[in-house]
Amino acid sequence: MLDATPKTTCDQKAPFDPREWLRLAAMPHFMCPGCGHGIALRALLAAVHDCGIAKDDLAVVCGIGCSGRVGGYIDANTMHTTHGRPLAFATGLKLARPDLTVVVVTGDGDCLAIGGNHLIHAARRNLDITCLMLNNEVYGMTGGQASPTTAATRVTSTTQSGAIEPTFDACALAAAAGAGFVGREVTRQAPALKTLIARALRHKGFAFVEVMSDCTEIYGRKNDLGEAPEMILSQKADMRPEQHRDAPDQPFRPNALPTGVFVERDLPEYGERLRAHAAAIRGEITP
Amino acid sequence: MTTLTALHGNHACALAAIAAGCRFFAGYPITPSSEIAEHLSHAMPKVGGTFVQMEDEIASIAAVIGASLGGLRAMTATSGPGFSLMQENIGYAAMVEAPCVIVDVMRGGPSTGMPTRPAQGDVMQARFGSHGDRPVVALAPASVQEIYTETIRAFDLAERLRTPVTVLYDQVIAQLLESVAVPAPSAVRVRERKWANGASGWEPYAADDDGVPAMARPGDGHRVHTTGLTHAESGFPTQAPPVVDRMMRRLLGKIDVNRALIEKHETLAAEDAEVLIVAYGITARAARRAVTTLRETGVKAGLFRPITLWPFPEAALARLAGRARAVLVPEMNAGQLVLEIQRIVGHTPPVRPLTRIDGEPIAPDEITAAVRELAVHA
Repeated sequence: MLDATPKTTCDQKAPFDPREWLRLAAMPHFMCPGCGHGIALRALLAAVHDCGIAKDDLAVVCGIGCSGRVGGYIDANTMHTTHGRPLAFATGLKLARPDLTVVVVTGDGDCLAIGGNHLIHAARRNLDITCLMLNNEVYGMTGGQASPTTAATRVTSTTQSGAIEPTFDACALAAAAGAGFVGREVTRQAPALKTLIARALRHKGFAFVEVMSDCTEIYGRKNDLGEAPEMILSQKADMRPEQHRDAPDQPFRPNALPTGVFVERDLPEYGERLRAHAAAIRGEITP
Repeated sequence: MTTLTALHGNHACALAAIAAGCRFFAGYPITPSSEIAEHLSHAMPKVGGTFVQMEDEIASIAAVIGASLGGLRAMTATSGPGFSLMQENIGYAAMVEAPCVIVDVMRGGPSTGMPTRPAQGDVMQARFGSHGDRPVVALAPASVQEIYTETIRAFDLAERLRTPVTVLYDQVIAQLLESVAVPAPSAVRVRERKWANGASGWEPYAADDDGVPAMARPGDGHRVHTTGLTHAESGFPTQAPPVVDRMMRRLLGKIDVNRALIEKHETLAAEDAEVLIVAYGITARAARRAVTTLRETGVKAGLFRPITLWPFPEAALARLAGRARAVLVPEMNAGQLVLEIQRIVGHTPPVRPLTRIDGEPIAPDEITAAVRELAVHA
């Protein structure tokens, strides 16, 4: 029978040392100078540590793209899957192995374009998976094409005179599809990001976290957004903290996105439901 | 104790999966395979397994691979259109060497085609459907009984070789009701996956002489990286030509090394056949009748029936075809397996297709007539 109890734990009271969580043999990493994904990676590892999850019980499932490469640096059970499908792979893994903590690291193209269908169904199904979507507003790995979160007027290699498509609000999408936990944070606020991811990890059910990351080399340069420090600093201007999230859009800041936790609700977790349902079919318990 | 029972093909497939120790099924409804999912939705929880209906076929095979990487025997079932959607991830399963079984109940194609009509149009999709070169194993049962035994064998091969295995059969056998000898659970043998045992120096993709590497499970302390990128023995990506060459040749060679384990065929009056019929699945049953009829009237016809389609049992065929004056390949497509038979046999004796693409099975009379013509002219 399937057992949802983790086999081991890590000492969450010991100080966090990222080197203990990284595959140092895989260094140097491939991320560009100034890329926000490293901040997200560190925040994820610190959050995992804070939650007392052991490396052996941690599975990180990634898709394709810059976000897809993040998992390979983590000293855990890591799976680099196919483009757009990490949530579907993770669904099988988590159902087969409820004892594992399953984290999906995906990107805006991976999760919202090619994998959009899997996101809405993972949110609806509510299996206990934590999904980190690293949103850098562009397909970085393939050379900077427009993604579903590329803001209007932005220049990319497929929108050379400026993007014209409306963007996805990934958090609103996940919430509407039924996710029990939805939040967003910027890499500029690394401690807040860590806290948000830790909350998502502790949430029982599908938890969606959008991480606003920066692509300096491919996206920033094409759009004159400055070097990495300028891009990180500008995140503040593009964001509305949680307490102001209901404030109306300001005309000079049309793309301002709220940050913080938007949804946190207890919903029946799919794995538990499925196992209880199976036990009832076997006549072990009364449904 | 063996039990004799009447089963539909798809029901037999579901029961065989459970008997083979399959404990994870993910699928998406599609005619004419849906009965497999329907049966397993109820049977899987009874044995402590998991059934999940996914949002599409891409997600279904992805979930199956995820469960396989988690350590379970896992399966999905579909038909042509769904099989097409699964191809990229089947290639991923082959690349990361995740055992899994894919049942493709073939219907008329291309596109939506004829969902309730039989065909044998996915033979080449099973072989070449995924991009790049990958190890391929596909089995083609011809009866409900054989769906049972070949589904079990599919799990055995998948687990033993750490590779996806496809079971191909058509709508007719899927929904045919036939008596099946269901063996006692203790008589069903599926070899255990080769697990990593914590030995020092172990690497996730360093293979033994059989070409198959021992596999780690999450939680066993190995903390492996699994990637569809071309990887070295360590599991981490590489583009170093000598390493890529070594890894890819080992991956593909796994099939050749284990041919004796994988190949399976049956013959009927083939040893002295002047016209050798090569047929599989439902078509082989018409061919069997044709051979009997022809022999009664003095025509030396014989049947070679591959049960393993890929890799094709080519040495066995080459030996028998070499004695024949002609080879006939009837199949319910525009001529797919015939290309492989022509590759194996060459120009002598001549290899002729007999095709049917109208959604009807090939009748014994059609085969009889084609053989008579070949017997006269060859």
